[in-house]
Amino acid sequence: MENLNGYLVVSAILFAIGTIGVLTRKNAIVIFMCIELMLNAVNLTFVAFSRHLGHFDGQIFVLFIMTVAAAEAAVGLALMIAFYKNKESISVDDVNMMKW
Amino acid sequence: METLFFAIVSLVAIISAILVITCKNPINSALSLIMTFFCLATYYVMLDAPFMAAVQVMVYAGAIMVLIVFTIMLLNIRVNATQKHSHRILLGSIIGFFTLINTIVLLVKSQAAKPVGPFTGDMIRNIGHSELIGREMFTTFLLPFEITSILLLVAIVGSVILAKKNI
Repeated sequence: MENLNGYLVVSAILFAIGTIGVLTRKNAIVIFMCIELMLNAVNLTFVAFSRHLGHFDGQIFVLFIMTVAAAEAAVGLALMIAFYKNKESISVDDVNMMKW
Repeated sequence: METLFFAIVSLVAIISAILVITCKNPINSALSLIMTFFCLATYYVMLDAPFMAAVQVMVYAGAIMVLIVFTIMLLNIRVNATQKHSHRILLGSIIGFFTLINTIVLLVKSQAAKPVGPFTGDMIRNIGHSELIGREMFTTFLLPFEITSILLLVAIVGSVILAKKNI
């Protein structure tokens, strides 16, 4: 546990890849998976800093992030299924029902 | 030795993360994402956090990814190969590149404080990671832990209502 910078660089790369995926893909489920990837990159930063600083606060926070991600997965996928029942598609280009 | 292992795991994690956003088929993306999650669990073991690695494998690679793969299989999405918005990919790549530069500069150049906390590597190995985590969670972070249960209850109610009738 000497190379804190290595973990931080890997975490930054994973976060950037997740950002590119959210901005470029159209499938809503793939966008959802990219959001999970970004959350995991942040988790890696939390655990690396927690180990480096000798506090457990970051790891407790990672557990809370995992809880929020699980709740988000349940509600988000239920929303996608409900949307697919209406429109027969989950492309984000078709999600414009609330557009003025 | 540890540096070489770190490099190999990093290579696998980054390549599978790139595969997540480049694969046409969502199932392939999901399988690559599972690979990335396992690499992150390996990082947690290298960071003296075995409980986090176990939770990562069980919650992320187990529960959440099963839910996502189940939804992909259920919806039976046709693979739409027409990528005609090339400016979207260019713009997204540029923004992602600047995000990468920004986060690397912020994370690496920031002066992390010296290790001041009470938990050292020897202490974690002697007492046990799970016991230390549990002690912290049920004393200092007891109120957020209880609020988490309300969040899960709301998620259950919301998904049941969304799945029940025609929205």
